[in-house]
Parts: sequence; C-alpha cells; structure tokens
Amino acid sequence: MAKVVSRKESFWDRFYIPALLIGLSVTLKHFFRSLVLGKTKTIQYPEVKREYSQRFRGRHFISIDQNKIENCTSCYLCQTVCPAECITIVAEERDPAQNPYGVAKEKKPLSFDIDALRCCFCGMCEEACPKDAIKLSRDYELATLNRDEAMYDLNYLKREVKGRG
Amino acid sequence: MSLFDILAILGKVAFVLAVVLGSVPLIVWFERRGSAWIQGRVGPNRVGPFGLFQPFVDVVKFATKENFVPRDSSKVYYHLAPALAVVAPLAAFAVIPFGSQIIVMGQAIQLQITQLDIGILAILAFAGLEIYPVMLAGWSSNNKYGVFGALRGSSQMMSYEIAFGLSLASMLLVYGTFDLNEMVRYQQNTFFGFLPKWGILLNPLSFLIFLIAIFVETNRLPFDLPEGDSELVAGYHIEYGATKFMMFFFAEYVAMIMASSVLVTLFLGGYATLPGVGLLIHTLGISLDLTSDNQQNLLALGQVTSFIFKVALIMIFYVWVRWTLPRFRFDQLMNLGWKILFPLSLINLMFVASFLAWIGG
Ligand code: SF4
Ligand code: SF4
Repeated sequence: MAKVVSRKESFWDRFYIPALLIGLSVTLKHFFRSLVLGKTKTIQYPEVKREYSQRFRGRHFISIDQNKIENCTSCYLCQTVCPAECITIVAEERDPAQNPYGVAKEKKPLSFDIDALRCCFCGMCEEACPKDAIKLSRDYELATLNRDEAMYDLNYLKREVKGRG
Repeated sequence: MSLFDILAILGKVAFVLAVVLGSVPLIVWFERRGSAWIQGRVGPNRVGPFGLFQPFVDVVKFATKENFVPRDSSKVYYHLAPALAVVAPLAAFAVIPFGSQIIVMGQAIQLQITQLDIGILAILAFAGLEIYPVMLAGWSSNNKYGVFGALRGSSQMMSYEIAFGLSLASMLLVYGTFDLNEMVRYQQNTFFGFLPKWGILLNPLSFLIFLIAIFVETNRLPFDLPEGDSELVAGYHIEYGATKFMMFFFAEYVAMIMASSVLVTLFLGGYATLPGVGLLIHTLGISLDLTSDNQQNLLALGQVTSFIFKVALIMIFYVWVRWTLPRFRFDQLMNLGWKILFPLSLINLMFVASFLAWIGG
C-alpha cells in the first residue's frame, strides 16, 4: 500500500533561501578546496596513468618460456571457448629433430591471430588454456590508427610482458 | 555635432564593445574551470597558461564546423534569431553609465554611450526583445524540442518580467528619476557619513527579487528550462550548429553581463567607487600634484574599474549559483513567479510608495 510521506517544511523553507545558502556554502567550500589545496580527483591522463588491479583484462599476450618459445601447443581450447570467435589458430608439428621439449610441446601454432576489434575481453581464453599460454595483460591503451593494427598475430602476441604488464 | 563628439562616441562604443566582447571568453573560461573546481575536477588546463586560450580554440572549432540548416526550417527567421540574440543585449549597453566623465583637451566626455533621460526604459525594451530570439529559433527550426524550449522560454520570461518590472518600479520611486546617471549620483550619497546609500541597502527585498528575475530572464540555471539539456537536449537552439550556435552561446553571456550591469547600476552603486577607494584616489591625485582635469580622469579610471569589478563579482555569483542549484520544475518555477515573487514585489512597491509619501508629505 502506498504510504504518504509528508515532508515537514517550515515557513522559511518555502522561500528556498536557507537551503540555497547552505548549498552555496557547500560549493564554495569545494571550490576553494580544489583551487587552493589542489584536492582534485582528476588524473592528468597522458602524463599520469591509472593503476588498474591485477585482475584487469587488457591486451592479450602469449607467455613464452626461457628459450623465447611460446607456451602454446595449439590445443584449440581457446579458439573453441571464445564467445566472440575472434581467435584463429593454424596448428603445425614441431620439427622432432630439434625439439628439446619432447612430448611436452609436440605441436605449435603456425599462426595465431586475434581480432581485437571483435574481442569482448571476457578472459575465457585465459581460463581455458591448459598451458597458461594466452593471457590478458593490464595494457588498456588499445587505440590504433587503422584496423590492421588491431589484428594481433603470433609475432606480436609473443612480445615480452613482465608479470601482467 | 562636432568631429570631437563623433570621435568621442566612436571611442566609447569601441571601448564598451571591446570590454564586453573581450570578457565573454574570460567568463566562459571561468565557468568551465570554476565548475571544475566546484566539482573537484581540474577543467580545461592544456591550451595556453591555465587553459586561458581554450575559449579561443573553441571559437575556431565552431567557425570551421559545417554550416548546417535544417531542410524544413523557415530560413529567414532561422537566420534572424541568433543575430537578434546578440544584438538585443549589446544595444542595451548604450545607456549604461560606466563612469562619471573624463576630460580630454578641456572637453568633458560622459562615460555613457548615449545620455538618455529614459535610460531605464530603453533597457527594459531591449530586455523584452530577448524573448524573440528564443521564440523565433524554437519555432523556425521545426523541431519538437525546439518548440518546447521556445514555449517554456517565452512563458517564463513573460512571467518574470512582471516581478522584474515591479521591483524596478520601486527603485524608480526611491530614486525619483528614469536617468541612470542620476541614480548613480544618488547612490554616491552616504548614510551617517560612511555607509554608501546603495540600492541594496535602501531596498533589499527589491534587490533579491531583481536578482532572481535576472536569472530567469537570462535563462541561467536554476531556471534554464528553455534549454534544459537533460529534458530538451538543447531546447530552442537544438537545430543550431557552428557559428550560429556560437552566437547564441555568446549572446547568453552578453545578456548576463548586461543584466549584471543593470543590477549593479540600480542596486550596487553603479560606477560609484567602493567606500574608501574614492578617498584614496583623491589623496593620490593630490600627492601626485595632478591638475584638476587629470584628477577627474584618475577618478573616472577608478570608477570604471569599480564598475567592472562589481559586474565581475555578479558574474562570479552567476557561475557559483549555476553549479550549486538543480533545475526547477516548471510548475515550481511558475509558482515561484506568480505566487511568491509577484505578490511580494507588489507589496514591496506599495510599501515603498506609502513610505515615500509619508516621509515626503
Ligand atoms: S577475451 Fe574472450 S573474446 Fe577475447 S579472445 Fe579471449 S575468449 Fe575470445
Ligand atoms: S593458447 Fe592455450 S588454449 Fe589456446 S591453443 Fe594455445 S595452449 Fe591451447
């Protein structure tokens, strides 16, 4: 049932003046706090950057081992799970003659493309990967000058990223 | 009219135009940075020192934008509206005195573009004209939001014109003249030798009503219903872009400066120097051993500065209020106008009239 709430307005409240003066004093306080004390919330972006949490999901990368060989074994799990269908992998067998890893890395990706324009940064690929190969870094500056730059190929994904970037 | 007079008038026109138009970018800058400071932000600070050149860059941006005209608009009125919006408030500056007089080559020049005996009525007439751009723009651009903005704008300006006029009328009774110069001269008198006889002290209620009324007349928040960004997108100037929008934008600030100048002239002593400053200027003039002409010029300089200072204070107040109060609802606006301000100003007028009759007779 609807309940009628009566707002108690005193005689003076109906002229708006007291409330108005309170409001003006509040804004004046904030004005001087920003102007004199410099207490503002703004981050001066290109010079100062926001520190995001470790769980932030930004630009992808593929982790590499000590020999700078990618950890990915082309299992296609990430391509299968990706809801945006933006991962395209072509698999290849690693040359058995020069494979120090043995069965651990028999397969490798011939090409590994991610279309970042389709990606929704859900992080499912990262969760699905059994090798902890594909990961999302904390790099959030994804703007590019043309569409081609937003297609990440294997070479680009293998770039060195410290921690989570 | 001699060549000297013509040159003097041209000089005054150039001075007033330069000061008014030059201060608009400054006010826009202050509005943006002031609002930022009030909201705990930084505001535009990249272009030039303290971001001071931001308005100029904005002007370039507006000027280089596409000159768009909606297909089904009435072209003549559509183009007339922004022009009228700028011209009406600018014209009113012609009668506002911004100083007493300066003496150049032995001839006195009144610091007022035209000395009209009915100055205040001319201002009222030009203030009344400010409704037309709103109505013309809203109606001619053939847009629902535009029409809504125009309807709201015209009705609110009409309603508040009454309170505006009545509070003005009570001041006319106090000063007993239509001449703005006379009013300022009256306000240069003092109570008990130190308190200046400013309109705000003579009739504070009238001042308050006038202050509220000019906020409505210039469509400033909390009374910006004709524009009402969150309801009407941009209201009456929704179909305007590029330079034509810039003219509306400019006109809003020119109208604000005009309204504050009238307020200052009527209630805050006009160009009368602040208490104490007059004495300072006088002693300075004597100690520098100036001729009486130059002393008068020095005084005039002080007066112009105080006038600009007072207007600037009111403009800061405008910005301050804008970023403090939320917008009124339309019925609240009408209630305030018709049920509170109108009776209040009427009672005030009656009171002033009977009081003056009592002490006069
Ligand atoms: S983050 Fe989501 S959308 Fe992007 S590649 Fe991984 S699984 Fe696909
Ligand atoms: S990145 Fe991970 S999930 Fe994707 S194919 Fe390589 S090993 Fe499999």
